[in-house]
Amino acid sequence: MTAALRIVVVYPDLLGTYGDGGNGLILARRAQWRGVEAELTQAPSDAPLPGADIYCLGGGEDGPQVRASRSLMEDGVLARRVDEGAVVLAVCAGYQIVGKQFPGADGAVHEGVGLLDIATSKGAGPRAVGEVVAEATGVALPALTGFENHGGSTTLAPGAVPLAHVVKGTGNGDGTGTEGAVCGHVLGTYLHGPVLARNPALADLLLRWALDGASLAPLDDSAEDALRQERLGAARQARRRQSRRRQK
Amino acid sequence: MRFHLAVLTTRAVNATSRRLGRGQGTVAGGRSGLKVDPRLLEHLTSGREVSLVTGTNGKTTTTRLLAVALGARGDRVVSNETGSNMPPGHVAALAGHRAATRAVLEVDEIYLPRVLAATRATCVVLLNLSRDQLDRTNEVRMVAGNWRAALAAAPHVTVVANADDPLVAWAAGAAARVRWVAVGLGWQLDAVGCPSCEGRIAFAPDGSWACVTGCGFTRPAPAVTLTATDHGTTFHGVWVDGRAEQITLALPGRFNYANALMAAVAAEAQGIDAGSALAAMGSVDAVAGRFTTRTVAGVPTRLILAKNPAGWSELLDLVAEDDGPIVISINARTADGADPSWLWDVPFERLAARVVVATGDRCRDLSVRLRYAGVDHVMEADPISAVGVAASGADRDRCVDVIGNYTAFGELLGARA
Repeated sequence: MTAALRIVVVYPDLLGTYGDGGNGLILARRAQWRGVEAELTQAPSDAPLPGADIYCLGGGEDGPQVRASRSLMEDGVLARRVDEGAVVLAVCAGYQIVGKQFPGADGAVHEGVGLLDIATSKGAGPRAVGEVVAEATGVALPALTGFENHGGSTTLAPGAVPLAHVVKGTGNGDGTGTEGAVCGHVLGTYLHGPVLARNPALADLLLRWALDGASLAPLDDSAEDALRQERLGAARQARRRQSRRRQK
Repeated sequence: MRFHLAVLTTRAVNATSRRLGRGQGTVAGGRSGLKVDPRLLEHLTSGREVSLVTGTNGKTTTTRLLAVALGARGDRVVSNETGSNMPPGHVAALAGHRAATRAVLEVDEIYLPRVLAATRATCVVLLNLSRDQLDRTNEVRMVAGNWRAALAAAPHVTVVANADDPLVAWAAGAAARVRWVAVGLGWQLDAVGCPSCEGRIAFAPDGSWACVTGCGFTRPAPAVTLTATDHGTTFHGVWVDGRAEQITLALPGRFNYANALMAAVAAEAQGIDAGSALAAMGSVDAVAGRFTTRTVAGVPTRLILAKNPAGWSELLDLVAEDDGPIVISINARTADGADPSWLWDVPFERLAARVVVATGDRCRDLSVRLRYAGVDHVMEADPISAVGVAASGADRDRCVDVIGNYTAFGELLGARA
């Protein structure tokens, strides 16, 4: 590879509410630790979006989310780079705005960037807040762990494949039991944590996509594995407590 | 009748719970009292002059400073000084001090509208608003909107508001009377989206700000400004009429000078000279155990509370002045918020050259964060043992900075010497 791998955190000033900026840092470090030159850029919403190989979008509030979607569409770089093969990791509000449509603070329907064939509406039930465990179905990965905090219900159209099947938590919340969506190299999810801190295998999948399938040397992920075991174990315990309560 | 029974119940349950050693006895009694008389908060504040203090960071300290200032002339002041900042904590404090003519209440951000309506407070201090416990509060803009509606419905209130925080300015803008104070805003990332029009707020290097999308929302002209001179070691409050008051505190950190000035302006709004108010605050050296130096497991420590990215970014300035070992304890219990993702918003990279021990219920989350921040560290799940580990490589009398989020801090405060 001649040029450095360019990783851009998209609009941290609007889509940085839930610590998802960590995803960009994790991708950059995991590339660098393997000797792959990587350049991490925080791209603010008042400047043109720089060209990149991986774009990370995070969670944000309803108002700023509308602003972010509008700016991305006016700017046009994100959609163009995806056509050229760029990888996108979109989380929560970021996941919603890369879809076809999403609800604003007032409940009005807003047009999304349209990179994923999904549509989000305001969920009928209470806001989905809590730990999530999901078995990956759309990609080959170990169980996904994360924390969700959203009020949207996301429906997948035939052009998008569910990322995972929910074991604990809500996920897409459209009654199908699915979580997240994948279309080509665009991957969306509701999981915070940030998601790549708790699922390093997902980080490596995105890196392989960006590096045209190059194989990646293994890393010492004992810290991440300890965190995963703890979170997956806590979720199992919570599920057992819940089913015991139901039996009573 | 019901009211008197409720007061007796509150006191009796508190006394019992203190005797049994079940904590400081503030919440249990308050809950019982509210069950007997659901309007107990309203009844207990009737006839008293009430001030409310809220915001993401600095509530407990500012409440304490304001209570001290209001008591400077000899008035009896009641305050929920342990940081129990929801109605059970309020009624517990108020029921215990019936003779006090003034009340200063720290209020949880979410509860401000309810507590304002019940207490008919005459003064509300709005410090700042940023991400904290998002699993409970969801969105800071929603909180700002609720404050705004509550203040619009309370024309008798004087609001003392941080003009440098756009979300606070948005909320206070609906109030009838506002004293704007410019005390700075260390964490601006939650305020970039304009709360007025969904446009974009731009900050100038001097801290002033305006919506650049053109809705006209801009920083209100401050009546009082916090200034720092002598490389940030000397602080003054400067009033628009040219008056200046030096602020001298026994508490560390720039953020505490901001808290003190907010409290001084709130005292002034209640007829107390700002200079005397600030003079009274100078004697406060620890608030609810914060910034106290104490011995934990035989090791001299400085206990510090930091529970969200805004608090942490202010605190790293304070901690960076030293080069001793640091213990960081992170929990994610109910009072902390269940999602520690916010650790990734804290610039821990600044601790790269320090001895760091990660501890607490969620030390594994912290350990992964520190790994990507390039901070070498040791993980020790038990907080007390962690203090020992941190001290083991340092000089015997070296003070260890122990920084915890809410329940982690409380645990260490209760630890044996």
